[in-house]
Amino acid sequence: MLPVDPNKKLSFTRSICDGDLVIVYERHDNMKALKVCKDSVLQNRFGVFKHSDWIGKPFGTKVFSNKGGFIYLLAPTPELWTLVLSHRTQILYIADISLVIMYLEIVPGCLVLESGTGSGSLTTSLARAIAPTGHVYTFDFHEQRAASAREDFEKTGLSSLVTVGVRDIQGQGFPDELSGFADSVFLDLPQPWLAIPSAGKTLKPDGVLCSFSPCIEQVQRACDTLRSNFTDIRIFEVLLRTYEVREGKRDCGQADGGNLGSLPRKRRQRSSEGNSAHDNLSYPSVMARPCSEAKGHTGYLTFARLKCLS
Amino acid sequence: MSQNKSQAVIIQNPRVTWEGCSVLLDINDGDRLVFARLSAASTLKIGNKNFSLQPLIGCPFGSSFQIEIGDKGPFLSRFVASIEGNNAQEKEDFESQEISKDNRALVDNNKAQSLTGEDIDAMRRQGATGDEIVDALIKNSATFEKKTLFSQEKYKLKKQKKYAPKVLLRRPVARSICEAYFKKYPARIGFLRVDTLSLLLSMANVSANSDVLVVDMVGGLLTGAVAERLGGTGYVCGTYLGGTPYPMDIVRIFNFSDEVCNRIVRAALTELSLTPTVTLEQIHQQENELNMECLSNPQMSSSVSIEEISPSEKEISVPVPENVVSLVNKMGKSTKAGNKASQQAIELWKENGFSSLIIAAPELDIWSLLQDIWPLLSNSAPFAIYHQYLQVAPCDSSLMPSCILMMPLATCMHNLQLGKMAIGLQISEPWLREYQVLPSRTHPCMQMNAFGGYILSGTKICSS
Ligand SMILES: C[S@@+](CC[C@H](N)C(=O)[O-])C[C@H]1O[C@@H](n2cnc3c(N)ncnc32)[C@H](O)[C@@H]1O
Repeated sequence: MLPVDPNKKLSFTRSICDGDLVIVYERHDNMKALKVCKDSVLQNRFGVFKHSDWIGKPFGTKVFSNKGGFIYLLAPTPELWTLVLSHRTQILYIADISLVIMYLEIVPGCLVLESGTGSGSLTTSLARAIAPTGHVYTFDFHEQRAASAREDFEKTGLSSLVTVGVRDIQGQGFPDELSGFADSVFLDLPQPWLAIPSAGKTLKPDGVLCSFSPCIEQVQRACDTLRSNFTDIRIFEVLLRTYEVREGKRDCGQADGGNLGSLPRKRRQRSSEGNSAHDNLSYPSVMARPCSEAKGHTGYLTFARLKCLS
Repeated sequence: MSQNKSQAVIIQNPRVTWEGCSVLLDINDGDRLVFARLSAASTLKIGNKNFSLQPLIGCPFGSSFQIEIGDKGPFLSRFVASIEGNNAQEKEDFESQEISKDNRALVDNNKAQSLTGEDIDAMRRQGATGDEIVDALIKNSATFEKKTLFSQEKYKLKKQKKYAPKVLLRRPVARSICEAYFKKYPARIGFLRVDTLSLLLSMANVSANSDVLVVDMVGGLLTGAVAERLGGTGYVCGTYLGGTPYPMDIVRIFNFSDEVCNRIVRAALTELSLTPTVTLEQIHQQENELNMECLSNPQMSSSVSIEEISPSEKEISVPVPENVVSLVNKMGKSTKAGNKASQQAIELWKENGFSSLIIAAPELDIWSLLQDIWPLLSNSAPFAIYHQYLQVAPCDSSLMPSCILMMPLATCMHNLQLGKMAIGLQISEPWLREYQVLPSRTHPCMQMNAFGGYILSGTKICSS
């Protein structure tokens, strides 16, 4: 997923090889990750696609099935991975992830701790941010989840950047060996306040902690605990409003033409498909409006900086 | 200037200041934000006095300073906040007292304070510290005891800001630089909010070893933020229309090492787009011109920063003690960022394309810009375009059919769709709300920024 070999970087040819991880894009809401395997086929509602046809083609290419249906093959990125990974838990999405990386001040070379690993959605972005010289230590007390996460990091080529540990972070805290080494710590735990004292021990002075919690009561308790060793406590909620853009016809010839937007969708579409010869005053238009469906809440992000006491 | 080069210990992420390093000084919890370079000669004005920044050199980022009175008058002195031990107790006190008190008996007139301005001046002359003055003010306030704990806190904080100002030493990184500009001079960074910036970096998959093409008309903030994520690998190439690169003075505020600066290059869009007809001679000539431009502006940073303390000429020659971890060539270093991209690199980019693209160009026509840039982007490359306007239309509506309104990014998205140029297209508008979380006083902050701009993101596909 990441261009790890700096020598190949400038001259990289993004063509698909046997064994590569690709993102199969059918539609924006229908994608999946696949390992290319020269003897394999992909079968979906568009027909049968032979992997061997894909090899040697550039990433970003459109490929066809036996029935003439098509899909796109994209190079994997942490953003795409978040959309295709298998959900073993609730996961973090792009808006929260982006703010976390920025606010935790994570840059190449950083040492970052995380718990719980969950489905590894955030971990993948953490790994990108610390590459090529930093490291992510991520812990989950759920053995199977940790194992699946490890498999995923193998698949996405991030294993050298991420170590997955099985550990009860609320009960035992982070391992003592890491004390004083962490540039940043991220918590997505049901009772973050139990892990905060240990997070304080592992952080370097002025290092930043973030705790993600869906409920305000969790935030309240976390902040009560944070106030003794941490400073610069900031709590945010971040959401994305998305827009839908489509083509329609706007009738400018009539006085009441402006209310076209209130017509039911079906009629609008029909009228845009229809022959426009009879209403010569209508213009094809790009129409944009906010999508009416959106996430209303994901969680609160609590950030705090370890006090400098020396 | 670079005599220490050979001994330089390169640390990616320094947490202690050094002579010549760039810092963000946060005075009284964000009331004032000052970018400065630390040197023996640099000073900070607080009230009507200038304070030397020398005591800040060699201190860890995150440390706080207050004014102390020494033999030679007041100076900045580091103080270490103690761990609040009896936090739980305080909280309980707070909660029980809070209920029993209210402010019905509070009369606000100017007679509440019995200490006069002259009294305070006298205390000062006798060497009282700021904290002592604040304590005296509290003792001599007739109303303090009657206030609720909440207003007592507020009163104390207000007096502290005036009589015992605090200076917090912050690391100048993408987060703090973006927030500081957004708070004080948002127009200079095209109103690019920190969450929006963070989204641009994710959506464009900025990662080590990638070659990122940027159109940065936000003062260099974008270029700096990308370079920070590259950590001295890959390239961030700033491209521009016309003959003059866009200013990127903000890049100089980051404490970038030479390794990082060398990865920040610039190239005119025409150079990147043209089939090679430029002769080597022409290239060299251009190179010289560009270097001239950099040299003629050595103090560039002083004119842009929010409240920059201009570095004195002399400090450049001050030798750095050898035991201090240094990032060599501190003053001159950032000058190097933004050199012309080498012809070799340009050729490779023309052949292979950039691995991603970010545009933050509030002033340009996005669609025509994008058409020119498109061939430079490799297949499957993600891109993110920032724009802050809901509508850009001619004021004179007779120039265009009056019923056409444009949301510039929507038009752009539509054209990309029609041309089958990209997939995964999305326009998003980030929304950010901050909260105050305190015992029994948790609520969203009273002020919020209502607009973070729009982002168009997607992935380029092969043209068939
Ligand atoms: C919501 S998930 C994290 C999702 C993750 N942030 C992502 O983006 O994919 C929370 C995880 O915390 C783990 N967990 C809960 N309590 C824990 C504990 N005491 N120690 C370690 N992990 C714990 C759970 O097993 C679960 O996998």
